[in-house]
Amino acid sequence: MSETTAKEKPLTHYRKLLSDGLWTNNAGLVQLLGLCPLLAVTTTTINGLGLGLATTLTLIISNLMVSSIRNFISQEIRIPVFVLIIASTVTGIELAMNAWFHELFLVLGIFIPLIVTNCAIIGRAEAFASRNSLLPALVDAISMGVGFTLLLMLLGGLRELFGFGTLFAQSDLMFGEGAEWMTITLIEDYRGFLLAILPPGAFIGLGLIIAAKNRIDQRMTEAVSARTALQPQTA
Amino acid sequence: MVSKMVPHNSSSTTKEMATVIFAMLPGLFALGWIFGPGVWIHVAIVVPTAMVAEAAILLIRGRNPINELNDLSAILTALLLAASLPPLLPWWMTLLGTLFAIILAKQLYGGLGQNPFNPAMIGYVILLVSFPLEMTSWLPAAGIQGEPLSWTAASQVIFGTGPTTVDTLTGATPLGGLKTGLIQGLTLQESLLKLPNGLLAGPGWEWINIAFLVGGLILLFTRTISWHIPLSVLGGLFLTALIFNLIDPNSYATPLYHLLSGGIMLGAFFIATDPVTASTTPMGRIWFGVGIGVLDYIIRTWGGYPDAVAFSVLLMNMFAPLIDHFTQPTIYGGNREARP
Repeated sequence: MSETTAKEKPLTHYRKLLSDGLWTNNAGLVQLLGLCPLLAVTTTTINGLGLGLATTLTLIISNLMVSSIRNFISQEIRIPVFVLIIASTVTGIELAMNAWFHELFLVLGIFIPLIVTNCAIIGRAEAFASRNSLLPALVDAISMGVGFTLLLMLLGGLRELFGFGTLFAQSDLMFGEGAEWMTITLIEDYRGFLLAILPPGAFIGLGLIIAAKNRIDQRMTEAVSARTALQPQTA
Repeated sequence: MVSKMVPHNSSSTTKEMATVIFAMLPGLFALGWIFGPGVWIHVAIVVPTAMVAEAAILLIRGRNPINELNDLSAILTALLLAASLPPLLPWWMTLLGTLFAIILAKQLYGGLGQNPFNPAMIGYVILLVSFPLEMTSWLPAAGIQGEPLSWTAASQVIFGTGPTTVDTLTGATPLGGLKTGLIQGLTLQESLLKLPNGLLAGPGWEWINIAFLVGGLILLFTRTISWHIPLSVLGGLFLTALIFNLIDPNSYATPLYHLLSGGIMLGAFFIATDPVTASTTPMGRIWFGVGIGVLDYIIRTWGGYPDAVAFSVLLMNMFAPLIDHFTQPTIYGGNREARP
């Protein structure tokens, strides 16, 4: 959690917020927050995208509201206030999705209201928005939300690919009629691999993605240290 | 917690594994006799796959594969899986199950001695939940009911190259057929009459279980395994079955039927006794085994699957560290209350 104020070096500060949310401190991959919806709904790419967008919207609204009233809340009751803000935001989003994305709303079911319990959201409110001004809070919400959405889509895509042999199936739930062309059937007559769709598939998939991320980080650290080790010799 | 020390790359591990593999032979021959050559085709698929997968992961982990393949544990895992699979399973499912068993359930946890779950059973369960139809289609016991299946027919079905398909040959296991009959409201005797005749537990299965029992006794007499786990698995199943059979003989099969059905002997002697994933204390082994026996009965009788050795073993694998924690034997001199 970056506690530096935005005054020092605004641009690098925002860049750090972005890289934190998307990679270094990704809500799902590194903080392992919000695993319940992450594991439960990612059976297809579109489900992941839908829940990711709803979560991102909740994050943006709650971060902005918490940040704007941060000087009026007393320390003792801040958590109940955050919960109230998040709960009313989610209720609004749930009603909106019921109205405009009814099919997707039915697919995601209980996991839309359960966004309230997503620890990533109250985590950002407590750790970031309540200590920073509006603009950094907004950037943080977007980067955390997009990072979470990308992870949901990646896991959803992997499970859909192995489970059904398709990608972006049921796009019409999200983008309306006429979006069926987005569905890619990669393997014709695929007989399906049920494990990927069942809960164990979510755990195995997330574990493998986390392992891959750690491996990439390790490689990058090795590359950086190799470069710094070489420099004195060449100089 | 008791450390699960499995001496690695030592000749004692290799010798132990070789004994277990040898003791599996009677059971494998029985399977081959009753269900035709499909079993041997599976063995020919799983053993090389397991060895290649293990060697590849060991290379990636920067280890010397020759040293660690020597302990034969990958071959044993492969054989246990082959003995559990339906004899005419398509080849690629067999391959997939082996890869999951070796890579996911064994090597990703750190290799032999580190895996909390029995690798062969993980491979089996992954296939069972993914392909329920194929994994519950068993051949009628051809070996004792007429023409045994030829090698060509078996390989045609397994590799999908010929006109013989699995639908024309297979059916449910006796345990599965019994359950279907009971669900349809028939009494036990009526359900058993609808099945092809068998001595006790459906045709063929009693011979397979007796053959694995023989192999298990070899393991006991060579002191490769201790008596605690197999006896308590069989005892737990026997007693539970006896209680329910006495309460209502029309709905619950006899204890002997349960002891000679499905994969219980293979499970009790070869799978539950895996030194890495079982409990290690003497009392703990008894609790572990009783748990497997009782769970097997519960899932067989009221669960959705006809047999449940794999699920019971995996569930009890999960409890093994806890059981070990509560059953630590008192060290000599550790009990101050006791007077000689």
